[in-house]
Formats: sequence, C-alpha cells, structure tokens
Amino acid sequence: MKLLKLVPDDTNIRFLKWRNIALVISILTMIASIALVATRGLNFGVDFVGGQMIQATFTETETAPITELRSSIGALGYGDATIQRFGADNEVSIRMRLPAEAETRPEAANEMTERIVATIKEGHPDVRIDGVESVSGKVSSELFETGAYSLIFALIAISIYIWIRFEWQFGFGALFALFHDVVLTFGLFALTQLEFNLNIIAALLTIIGYSLNDTIVVYDRIRENLKKYRKMDIVALLDLSLNETLARTVMTSLTMLIALAALVFLGPEVIFGFAVAMFFGVVVGTYSSVYMASPVLIWLKVGPDTFVPAPSPGENAEKVGGPEQVG
Amino acid sequence: MLDFPRWKVISISLLVAFGVLMSLPSLLVGESHKYWPSFLPDETINLGLDLQGGSHILLEADPADVAVTRLETMEESVRAVMRRADPRIDIGDISRRDGAVSFMVRDSTQVDAAREELVTLTTGAGLTGQRDWDIEVIDDTRFVVTPTEAGLESAVDNAMETATDVIRRRIDAMGTREPTIIRQGVNRIVVQVPGLDDPEALKALLGQTAKLEFKLVDFEADPNAVAAGRPPVGSQIFPYPDNPSGLPNIAVKRLGGITGDRLTDAGQGFEPDTNAAVVNITFDAEGGARFARLTQNNVGRPFAIILDGEVLSAPNINEPILGGSAQISGNFTVESANQLAIALRSGALPVELKIVEERTVGPDLGADSIRKGMIAAIIATVAVLTFMIVTYGRFGVYANIALTLNLFIIVGVMAMFNATLTLPGIAGFVLTVGSAVDANVLINERIREERRRGRRIHQALEVGYKEASRAIFDANITNVIAGLLLFLFGSGPVKGFAVVLMIGIASSVFTAVVFTRMLVALWVRKKRPQELVI
Repeated sequence: MKLLKLVPDDTNIRFLKWRNIALVISILTMIASIALVATRGLNFGVDFVGGQMIQATFTETETAPITELRSSIGALGYGDATIQRFGADNEVSIRMRLPAEAETRPEAANEMTERIVATIKEGHPDVRIDGVESVSGKVSSELFETGAYSLIFALIAISIYIWIRFEWQFGFGALFALFHDVVLTFGLFALTQLEFNLNIIAALLTIIGYSLNDTIVVYDRIRENLKKYRKMDIVALLDLSLNETLARTVMTSLTMLIALAALVFLGPEVIFGFAVAMFFGVVVGTYSSVYMASPVLIWLKVGPDTFVPAPSPGENAEKVGGPEQVG
Repeated sequence: MLDFPRWKVISISLLVAFGVLMSLPSLLVGESHKYWPSFLPDETINLGLDLQGGSHILLEADPADVAVTRLETMEESVRAVMRRADPRIDIGDISRRDGAVSFMVRDSTQVDAAREELVTLTTGAGLTGQRDWDIEVIDDTRFVVTPTEAGLESAVDNAMETATDVIRRRIDAMGTREPTIIRQGVNRIVVQVPGLDDPEALKALLGQTAKLEFKLVDFEADPNAVAAGRPPVGSQIFPYPDNPSGLPNIAVKRLGGITGDRLTDAGQGFEPDTNAAVVNITFDAEGGARFARLTQNNVGRPFAIILDGEVLSAPNINEPILGGSAQISGNFTVESANQLAIALRSGALPVELKIVEERTVGPDLGADSIRKGMIAAIIATVAVLTFMIVTYGRFGVYANIALTLNLFIIVGVMAMFNATLTLPGIAGFVLTVGSAVDANVLINERIREERRRGRRIHQALEVGYKEASRAIFDANITNVIAGLLLFLFGSGPVKGFAVVLMIGIASSVFTAVVFTRMLVALWVRKKRPQELVI
C-alpha cells in the first residue's frame, strides 16, 4: 500500500530566512487587531454586558416577522432590539441591552425579558420560545472579570510551566506566541462582529492549550538538537528542528482542522462562534509556533550552553516520569 | 525493547474493557435500556440543561433587606418586652434611623431594668458568645441598639439557609424532577430545573416572598390621610390595588394580627357562590385559636389579607371563624391561586429574592443541538479515521482503534462520575478526536524519521515511542493547565467542556501511547516484520 506523505522526506525549508518579514507582518496584524478592537469594539453577548437574549421560532410562517417584532418590542420602551436571523428563516434571536433602571434594580433585566416574551406570545400565538438568557449588570461584570482572569492566569501558568521544563527564554517565547494568537483572535471577533460570549473565552483557553502543543513539540526538538549538534549555527539548528517536526505539525493541524470544519459547517448554531474561533486559533497557532516562538529564541541568544550538556553521547534522552512510561 | 509481559497485556485490556463497559449504559437509547443486565453498572451521563432543555436561574438577596427586616423585628420586640416587663417600662420616641433602633426610657429610675430586658433580647444564639447587637446609653435615658457586623452576617446566613429550604419545598411541590438547588456565595441561590414546560410559572413561584398577614382594618382612619399615605397612630398603611372604594391604600391596625407562618396547609379552591378561584388555608392549633379570637372579637368589621406588603382583599367578618380554616379571596386565576397555595404551603421566604440571571433552553433547541452535535462528531471522526489510515496504513489502524476506544472510555469515565454532558462538551469530543491522534502522529512521524536515519525496525519503534513520549507528556500537561482553569472559572456549560477535555487528555495519553504500543508490540512479536510500511 502506498501511503500518503504530505511532507516529503527531504523537505528542507529555510523558514527562518523570512523571520524578520514574518515578525513585521505579525506585529502589523497584532496592531491592526488591537486597533479593530479599539475602534469597532467587540460584539459582547449578554454574558458580559448584561441584558437579555431570546431565541424564538415562528412555527407557522416561512420567515420570521422581524420588522413587526422590532416595532412591537420597541413600543415597550426599552430601546431598540437587535433582531437577527438565527439558523433557519423562521428563527430569530432578539437581543436587548440592560434597561436604564438596571443600575438600581438587579431584577430589571429579567422583568424586561418577561415582558418581551409576553409581547411576542401575544402577537404571535405560533411562536415557540427556544431559549432565554437574561443577565443582570452585576452578574455580567462578574462573568467578565472571571473570564479575563482565567485568560491571564492561563497565559502565566503555562509560561511558568514551560520555563520550568525548558528555560526562561522558551517560556518567554511561548508566552509571546500565545499572546499573538489571543490578540489575533480578538481581532477576528472585532472584524466579523461575531458575538463574543462565555463560549469564546472557553475557545481562547483551548486555543492557548493547543497552540502550545505545537510550540512544545518544536521546542522539545530544539532542545534535543541543541544537545546533539553543539557546533551548529542557531538559525540552521532552528530550521532543522522545524523541518524535522514539520510533517507532524501539518498532520496534527490538518486533523484538528478537519474535526473543527465539521463543527463549523454542521454543528449547532449555538456554538458556531466557538468553532470559528477554534478553527482560526489552530491556523494562527500553527503559524505562531514557527514564526513567533522560534525566532524569539534567536533574539534571546539561546545557544548550545543554554542546557547543561548531556552526561554521555547517545544518552541525551531525558527520563520523564508519568504513568504512560510502561515497558 | 518492545516486549510486553502477559500480565501487562491482560491488565491493559481489562482496563480498556472496563472503560467501554462503563460507557454502554449511556449509549443505550430508549427501550433497549431495559435489556441491560441489572448486575452490571448502570450509571449514565447526565445531559446538561442546554441539551435536554431546562432553566438555570440565579437568585440574589439584598443583605440590606435582611438588615431592615431585622431592625423592624427588633423594634417590635423592644416594644413588646418593655410593655410586658413588670413593672411596665414606659418608653417613647422609638425609631429606626441610621441602621439602629433607638428609644427613650421615660422614667430614669427604670434605665437599669430596661438594660436588663435588652440584654436578654440581644444575646446571640451562637455558642461563641458573640454579641449580635451593641447596646449604648446616651444622655442617661436614650438607648441605641446597633446590629454588630457578625450578627448581621449570621442573620444573612440564616435567612439564606431558610430561603434555600423554602425554594426546595416550593420546587418539589411543583412536581418537577431532579431539581438542583444550591446556595452560592453569601447571598445567592442557584436553581436548575431540567425539562420544564413552563419556565414562567417557575419564575413566578420563585419570585414570590409569600409573606401572608391578616390584620384588622382601621375603619376610623381619615380617608384623606390614608390616601396621602399618612397612617393614624397605631396603624400602618398598605397599598390596596383592588380596593372597591377606589382608594389606592388602606390603613390597618399595627397590632393584633396573625401571620401566615401559622399555616399547616393551603390549597386552591373555588368560592361556591361566584365560582371564583380562592385559596383555602388551614391554621395550626395556635394559629386557629388566635384566628378564632380575632374573628370573635371583631364580628362585623373588615380585616385585610396582606400578601407581600399588598392587600389582596379586605372582607367583612360575618361570623366568628372557629374551625381553624379560612378562605383567601382576591383577584385570582386558577393558576395564580394554585401558585399562591404552593408558596404558602412551602412557607414564606425570610428575604425577598430577585432573579439576576436566567438561562432557559427549550427542549426543541436542546434536541436540535444534540442532533447537529452528533452529526458533526460522527463526520469529524470518520474523516479523521480515514485520514489516519491513508497516511499511516497499519499504524493508522492502530491509532484509529485507540481513538475509538478513547471515545468510549471518555463516555465511561463521565458516566462513572455522573458527569454532565453539555453542548460545549460535545464540541470537546470533536476536539478530542482531532487532538487525540496527535500523540500517534508524533510517534509515527518519529518512527518514520528513525527509519530514515537507518535504524532497524525494533530500534526505530523503540526510539519512536520513547522520544515522542516526552513531547506528548509536556504538551498534555499544558492542556491540563488550560482545562483546569476552564473548570475553575467557567460557568455551567463551559465546565462541561473542561470536564470532557481533561478526561479526554488523560484517556488519550493512555490509549494513544500505552495501548497502541501494546498493539504494535504484539504485532511485531507475532509477525516479525522485515519491512516497516509507515
């Protein structure tokens, strides 16, 4: 049987030749992302800004009466509702910001939801309420805080782990690459105005975890080669390590992307944003392991002396613990 | 080398078989569950509210409300003990200002006696001997009773404990299955009720404090003063939306009423003459006696039925009611009467609870999520499996066996711990499919590489597994860190995602590294291959 080889055996791409250009591009896209977030802002869901969201299906019509809904809900005096198609033509999501009185009365968001639901049911007896979310201002700001904390903690905890397992330069490089991935994902959400909710925080944390997968595999190989080829020029050594791990990088990214594409195109609408974020994260995560995490090591002067030399040639493999070390 | 002793093969196989066995009850659909032998474990995965439909409601109490109620009670108690003291202690100018109860003792010789009465009133029930209130005397005759921080804290704590019990009784009375009611933080209660037909009814029930009072109407009060909200001495003003006289308020006597905590039962019924919905209540022995006394002494006069600070109705007492049961009329529908009956049966909430967060998913949307999630998961799995075989041949098949078993094991472990599968959790499964093969990719690529370098088959396999394990280990640890943070900081559905992710990481390391290594070792031992197609 002839097996598929996505990366030919003798592949030798000089990735790092373009490291400066890549750095410029990366920094520019990061600046662009930050600018997008600053100017367009993120389309925060009710999780983070409070308010309410209703998902409704109009079972006896082909298309949902969006204009009519807009005026009948507008008549309640809570302001303009954001009404969008959600899935099929007769399904809508209705979003509303916190009412003015929510400042002093935490239950105001939920009362608003009740009134809107009642109004829709009255005007459209065929409506089926599929989902209701209402979040008070205090709860949403708490969710926002914990979300932000969890991202920051994850970045720090993981960097510290890399620092302990490798060296400080590697920890810094990993942090830099992860920061890049997170910033770009924020940029994507500012650009597309996809709803930014709790699920997206979960996606970001997962991106951090998986982007690191790549970085670690590359770093592991760099460490191995640093011990093996003590005379080799650092740029050549990094290129060698990247090429040696390239087949695996491509394979793993592809399997992840295949799985995620299934979620993006066939999965439930509710987690569409999550799936898109993950898909994007895998792409930028793969890029950043090559062009962010590795060149940082050059700039931070990583060399053969960074790791204590192995005790004897051929025994450079470090023993690792863990239950999987059977046999 | 790659030798695997028999005991290792047996124990690994047993472990995998156990995982798969645990997963089966969760995978049996509908009727087929009946044929599952009873001696086998039958724990199953719970479906999250976002998949089976249901309501998640976060209730919050304002500690300031507790403080106010407590001051009111203290004021009443002070009035009562001073009146009952022997000899009676005459007090005046009682008020609740600046978060403290203050009053004056008219006769300065009684100050010490008043202090003694107060001390018994303000000693905490706790064993620690902490004081719930501070007593201060200013200008010789004025007492100021201030709640202590600790006293207020324990009062809020008690109120929330009671409130949680009341909420549990109310939801049980609705007949919903498997509700989850948990106190959260200082002043919150989480209520999760799966599979609900009418979330609005649940919310109406939760939002009702259900404090019922019967008080005599002060019919001598000046209607103009009442309308303006100025009560006569010894009376209180309550709003009365359905007042037949058209006034928005009504004045009732402060003293001599009965409260609803003396009830033993409540049920919805009908007024025989008008066929209007009413709530029938039954008092306990003492409440019945008091109610009898109240009605006996006031035949021909109206009394007000007050619910949560609003008058429902103010019927005339036509004759003494001695049987210990009464009827509450008001502007009820059958539904609202039934709800009030449930609320009254379950007892009043000690503090008003407000809904600060609601997440309700209808059963149709949940079913749709399951269906689409499953389709995505199956397509993703099939695509990845095919891809692995095309790329790695025999070793791809091994990886695929490992991946498939891995999915069963995740389900099995989740069932074992009765974990909850949420929609993000299904996404976690799909991600696991994508990432679990990563370990095998790492191993297989390394084997390819070692072969290219000219290592012999045995050595290439050995080195491939050994060298790849280090990177696999490091990479998975960092994923566990991310997963742990997700679990700690995430809310309900996201927690479900973290659970799947972490179980998936642990079991994929086992299946992808240990289990495939066993398969490879067994194959090599049996066939002694001369060529390695990878």
